[in-house]
Amino acid sequence: MRMNADNRRLDWILGGALLSLLILPWYKVKGGFFSFDWLGDLFSKPDFWPGFFQALIGHWQLWPILLLTAAVLWLRLRVPSGAGRGRLMVRIGAAGLAWMAVEGLAIGMRGWNWGLLESVFGAVQGQPAFGAGAVIVALFLTCLISFGAAERGALKGDAFVLTSISLLILLVSIFVFYPILSIFIGAFQDFDGSFTSEGVRNNIADPKIWSLGCLAGGSCGVAWRTLFLAICTATSTTLLGLAFALVATRTRFPFKKSLRLLTVLPIITPPFVVGLALIMLLGRQGTLTQVINSVTGLELGRWLYGLAGIWVAQVLSFTPISFLVLIGVVEGVSPSMEEASQTLRAGRWRTFRKVSLPLMAPGLANAFLIGFIESMADFGNPLVLGGSGGVLSTEIFFSVVGAQNDPSRAAVLAAILLFFTLSAFIAQRFWLTGRNFATVGGKGDGGSHAQLPNRVAWPVIGVVSAWSLFTIVVYTMILFGGFVTLWGLDHTLTLEHYARAFGISFEDGIRWTGVAWNSFWTTMTIALIAAPLTAAVGLLTGWLISRQSFPGKTVFEFVLMMSFAIPGTVIGISYIMAFNLPPIQMTGTALILIVCFVFRNMPVGVRGSVAAMAQLDGSLDEASLTLGAGSGRTLRRVILPLLRPAIMAALVYSFVRAITSISAVIFLVSAKYNMATAYIVGLVENGQYGVAIAYSSVLILVMITVIGGFQLLVGERRLRRRPTPPAAKEIKV
Amino acid sequence: MNIKTAALAASTAMAIPAAAAYAAELNLICSADVVICEKLVSAFEAGHSDISVNMVRLSSGEAYAKVRAEGRNPQTDLWWGGTGDPQLQAAADGLTAEYESPMLGELQDWAVEQATVSGNRTVGVYTGALGWGYNTQIFEKKGLKAPACWADLLDPGLKGEIQIADPNSSGTAYTALATLVQLMGEDEAFDYLGKLNANVGQYTKSGSAPVKAAARGETGLGIVFMHDAVSQAAEGFPVQVVAPCEGTGYEVGSMSIVEGAPNPDEARVFYDWVLTPEAQNLMPEAGSYQIPSNKAATISDKVPDLSQIKLIDYDFAEYGSSERRKELLARWDAEIGGRAAE
Repeated sequence: MRMNADNRRLDWILGGALLSLLILPWYKVKGGFFSFDWLGDLFSKPDFWPGFFQALIGHWQLWPILLLTAAVLWLRLRVPSGAGRGRLMVRIGAAGLAWMAVEGLAIGMRGWNWGLLESVFGAVQGQPAFGAGAVIVALFLTCLISFGAAERGALKGDAFVLTSISLLILLVSIFVFYPILSIFIGAFQDFDGSFTSEGVRNNIADPKIWSLGCLAGGSCGVAWRTLFLAICTATSTTLLGLAFALVATRTRFPFKKSLRLLTVLPIITPPFVVGLALIMLLGRQGTLTQVINSVTGLELGRWLYGLAGIWVAQVLSFTPISFLVLIGVVEGVSPSMEEASQTLRAGRWRTFRKVSLPLMAPGLANAFLIGFIESMADFGNPLVLGGSGGVLSTEIFFSVVGAQNDPSRAAVLAAILLFFTLSAFIAQRFWLTGRNFATVGGKGDGGSHAQLPNRVAWPVIGVVSAWSLFTIVVYTMILFGGFVTLWGLDHTLTLEHYARAFGISFEDGIRWTGVAWNSFWTTMTIALIAAPLTAAVGLLTGWLISRQSFPGKTVFEFVLMMSFAIPGTVIGISYIMAFNLPPIQMTGTALILIVCFVFRNMPVGVRGSVAAMAQLDGSLDEASLTLGAGSGRTLRRVILPLLRPAIMAALVYSFVRAITSISAVIFLVSAKYNMATAYIVGLVENGQYGVAIAYSSVLILVMITVIGGFQLLVGERRLRRRPTPPAAKEIKV
Repeated sequence: MNIKTAALAASTAMAIPAAAAYAAELNLICSADVVICEKLVSAFEAGHSDISVNMVRLSSGEAYAKVRAEGRNPQTDLWWGGTGDPQLQAAADGLTAEYESPMLGELQDWAVEQATVSGNRTVGVYTGALGWGYNTQIFEKKGLKAPACWADLLDPGLKGEIQIADPNSSGTAYTALATLVQLMGEDEAFDYLGKLNANVGQYTKSGSAPVKAAARGETGLGIVFMHDAVSQAAEGFPVQVVAPCEGTGYEVGSMSIVEGAPNPDEARVFYDWVLTPEAQNLMPEAGSYQIPSNKAATISDKVPDLSQIKLIDYDFAEYGSSERRKELLARWDAEIGGRAAE
């Protein structure tokens, strides 16, 4: 029976591979594979021919693929399944993938990509990017590796788990590593593709990046400025987040419910909007500035434009995220510990300082790390409020799009940014491993949390109330800004901005006349496609990490989490460098946006499902496996239904991020697929604040609606009568 | 279940390009104000129902970066608007295609000049002179006198009130730098900019941002192309537009077809259409007050009259070349450095 299963699945993939080699176009079809326009020209245009025929007409680089496939066919027919065949299958699969990578990278549209190869092997016919045929063959080769490993008995011969792992490794290498690698290759390339190290040498020692002049009263390099800003932002958001979490769990503060609502707002706010509202409020002509000026006579001037302004905007935007991380931790500190401390006659203050706070350390470190990375990666706020200097993320952007146009500078800056975020990430990793913070044991944590000591409670409540008020004012400004004719000049109420953005005319049928519709529908479609994909990939990975053990798992997990620490601007640049030319060509399509969102937001889904799965006892899986279900079926029928909150969190998060992210998107949008945020940037650049804000307000509304919809769709996990813990802590890194 | 859903979603994703593939398409990068971009596209589509236009608005720097990045595999057909320098640069790099429009005969000399210089790889669509706009309310409140000349901008009373873009990121600011160099001589120009630095509150990233800040009272004065200042004044902001008395430079907003464009025929249709007086007359309606390149186009009375402005003989060939540009930017970095007086 075992042998039959081995052969059956091999038949499937072999059949798929043979069919695609004989029927599907090997190379990318212009105008999209799924338009099926190519069917009509299949015989006349060699571009559309499948791999087998391409090999016959001079694309000799496909012969090894054909030979390897033939070898698999021979293995299937002549060799019985078993460890020996498995080993051969693994080798064939690996060799095939390696060959596809080598030939794809070496031979470009116009022949050899490297002059060296041309001088050794002579000229070669150019080839377009991989198409449907090539993609299926690559999948076939990947499955071959995992099926082979299964036949050898790896991981108890579980083909489902092995295939999931190898597919994920393939995808992560293509969509995370390959782009990052190409950014660094791009740094050493001249315009025409030849090697040069001049740009990198010039940039790496540039005083505009590294100058420490501010210590001596001058101005500092952009790297130090960014680092300083990130530390300030991370510290402030962590402290504020902690204050919010304490107020929400350990005081008798009357508006706890609305506090939680307030924290959701900044997460679903498109970028720039907070910055714009701050200008309206605190800019030189801002409302609050004017009030302060008329009351006290103080000239506040232009302090908002620069690090101070970015800092305020970032603290506004990222405190909620830190709150969501910390509330789980603050709630998770077992009351019995605190009770023990108080029983031993420590006062409330001493208990808080010596017991509660230290137990929150991992949460605080997490919150700090997230604040640090978010601040480093933030693009929208510095763009609006940046002043003269800018930060790394905006400098990267302008070194690519600005008048100086220097990709090697972008690569150097990206490397610096990456270095900062990754070292923070690694430092946090090492600091937290090897310490035990677990306080929630299996049983007997029935107590309730101690109230905060008064000397902490009052200042904390004060800070929280003040900050909440500030947030409310800022959001009122945003709402209001969409309804006034011209902010700062003509405050008559109007619906003109909404009409311009979202107008519909009913002459001869419905016509979407508003300027925003086009980018709006694109954004919605892409976000709705990306969200379930992100959740699926994230949950599958989370399941592998927490339920399966395989060699290299720690590295695998670390690498996945690492992609969270790569700032969006770096991702955007690297995607456009990696996926504009064969072998993989996706620029200008909707696919590149979707892929970017999936792999950018996946780590959160992974974290969420790992955390959720840690709560599910492994005996559930074992029961299902013992009763004869395969691991795929167990995942589908037992684990997934129990993971609903995690699914919900992953769906919501990836949907919202797909709508609100800008830093990566701005490089990837095209004339055909323009995203809402990129469109809003254009509006802001042109001073069309009214329409920009109207558009953003609509986006916020839509997100709230869709999040509600997801909630209904996924439903709640009903385990027992106890209320489920808040789904919020899934944002942990 | 989730694999099926994923497959379904993936196939939908790939099917999106298919949906739009039937009608003829045109992929347009528009580097001017988003309002005029949208107006041109909807007017064009109204008259050419067989061509659907995909427009994306990118600043001229972004547009050049995109066209260059896609050089070996272009996704864009046509690039309309924005300062001429990057388009000349693209022409010099061979990124844009030669095309001799039948409309050339109807165009102003400066527009044809742009085509001649580039070997017909680009053409002028509008022009505008460099100047500045200042916020009359702030000037009144602070009791400052109206600045009419470049020299007046050095008035110590203007400390922190001037904004200009960073020439590293903005074509407008580079035009200003090149203008001053041609007007005063290189050393004198940098001497002037060094003194001006004391009055500059911020070097912005985007070229037209300074006058938008001035319009909203965030700064006193912004050095920009005059037509950008005019549109702020036309919106009702208290902005006064000034052409410097010593003389000033100008830009020639340009248009190019991308070399190897996927839809070259449609690109040519748009190219010829956008050079007609009817298309160019749309510009003032959209709040763009540049001077149109077609001789027959009507010039709005709000457009600054070039004959009243002392224009320098701007050397586009020299100051558009990448060596000269690198040299000037390097010197600007070293001596001025984008560090505003705090």
